Amino acid sequence: MSTWRIARLIAAKDLRIEWRSRVVTNQVLPFAALVMVLFAFALDNDNVLTRVAPGLVWLATMFSMLVLVQRAFAVETADGALDALQVAGVRPGGIFLGKSLALAAQLAVLETVLLIAAVVLYQAELQASGAVLLVTTFAAATTGLAFVGTLYGGLAAGAKGRETLLPLLMLPVVAPVLIGATRATEAAFGTNGASSSEGWPWIGLLILFAVLFGAGGTLAFGSLIDE
Amino acid sequence: MIAVMSTSDQLPYVVASYVVTLGAIGAYAWRMLARARKIAAKVPPKDRPWT
Amino acid sequence: MTPTDTPTSDTSPIDPAAAVRRPTGTAFTRALGVASLVGIVWLVLFGLFLSPNDASQKAGVRILYIHVPSAWLAYLAFIVTGVSSAAYLFKRTRSLTWDRIAGASAEVGVLFMGVALITGSLWGRISWGIFWTWDSRLTTTAFLFVTYIGYLAVRGLGGSHQQRARRSAIIALLAVLEVPLVHFSVKWWRPLHQQESVAEGKLSGLMLFSLFVGIVSFTLLYVWLVLHRQRVLAMEDSLDDQGLDQALAERRAEGAQV
Repeated sequence: MSTWRIARLIAAKDLRIEWRSRVVTNQVLPFAALVMVLFAFALDNDNVLTRVAPGLVWLATMFSMLVLVQRAFAVETADGALDALQVAGVRPGGIFLGKSLALAAQLAVLETVLLIAAVVLYQAELQASGAVLLVTTFAAATTGLAFVGTLYGGLAAGAKGRETLLPLLMLPVVAPVLIGATRATEAAFGTNGASSSEGWPWIGLLILFAVLFGAGGTLAFGSLIDE
Repeated sequence: MIAVMSTSDQLPYVVASYVVTLGAIGAYAWRMLARARKIAAKVPPKDRPWT
Repeated sequence: MTPTDTPTSDTSPIDPAAAVRRPTGTAFTRALGVASLVGIVWLVLFGLFLSPNDASQKAGVRILYIHVPSAWLAYLAFIVTGVSSAAYLFKRTRSLTWDRIAGASAEVGVLFMGVALITGSLWGRISWGIFWTWDSRLTTTAFLFVTYIGYLAVRGLGGSHQQRARRSAIIALLAVLEVPLVHFSVKWWRPLHQQESVAEGKLSGLMLFSLFVGIVSFTLLYVWLVLHRQRVLAMEDSLDDQGLDQALAERRAEGAQV
């Protein structure tokens, strides 16, 4: 079986589990929306909120992503499913890509909800001229985040104290995505008079990030989860 | 840019930086050697090839 | 602030009892320990008393004699960790010794980097009036610090020695991937601050000598610390193995009784 076919099967399996358990829709999305409301309480000023809306969208994405990653691997380690997959000779590169794909799909849903929340709650204004930039930013950032989340989630899976280890490992690594995606989103929104042309160099950074961690993860994932 | 402090105002910072540096490294080294002394007796000589 | 709070080592001949009293010491590390101790006494003498105040920074320049060496050692330590991790992953040089050197070096690096961050912010408070600025060098350093704390946490996850070695080696190499990305993203984000190198290049005479003493003695100290730590790690691994062997023997004895 080709690596790509394995990846699609694993992604489909993960998404089916998530769809049936409804944890993402019933718990993670409400949590993310709650974070957006809490930001508004903390910042307490409409002007400030509009100005920092892009950053808050990405910050909320990263915090919610921690929950998603924990779940993605709790499913695997509960019955030793990850070991079983490996014993069955499934290529780790395929597992990595599949889990990343499923995580990316969930992140995309999460980000859409957060974006709508930013528009509704923070009066962030979407512009037609920034639409292409916005979509590209979200695609590139989501890919990078999914790769990093899967890589470090796989490492922390099954370890004692993984709930606390995962943020410590993952958040420093995704810092460039937070910076890049926030700046690009600001450019797409036109926050603080930024023009959309200012956003494109950041897309380069986001794509580089996604490529590096995608390649690194595909190569290293097998050794990381190996028992 | 804020003007540089006077020398006498700076001294506590200077002394603090030396105390923190040497204290932290000293404490680390001390703990490391204490740990080594504690477990050395239980380790067979073949696992201590440097002695 | 006497230098006695750094480790001492005298020069008595080796006997079995001494081997347990100083289990990780050899003639070489003892010489190294004495040399770095002398260096630190010199550093305190020159750094705090014999060297003059700087014309613009006044006494603040004295912090640099320990700040610059500890920052330099921290970076060197992380390079050593990266190289040793690569050496472990490379099949022809695979040895747990590389893994232990990587771990020891990362631990000492975190120590030096913590010290460098604290002394750096004290220096910043004196010279800039602020403890911290979002400059790319500072921010990258802070991320490096957190990343290697994470690396040490991964080393503590448990499992077999080989598992620990492979996992942590991969994390160390991923950190090598991460650090330039963080550095350049912060640099793009905040391109303005470039004033941190005010001090360098303007030192002269005794001041430059004090800095030199600091760098040499901290480098010796780093080697001394890593050698000892690496040996302590080897002893800890040996203890773990013994525990495993003993548990196996006990299970076998149970089996024989039935």
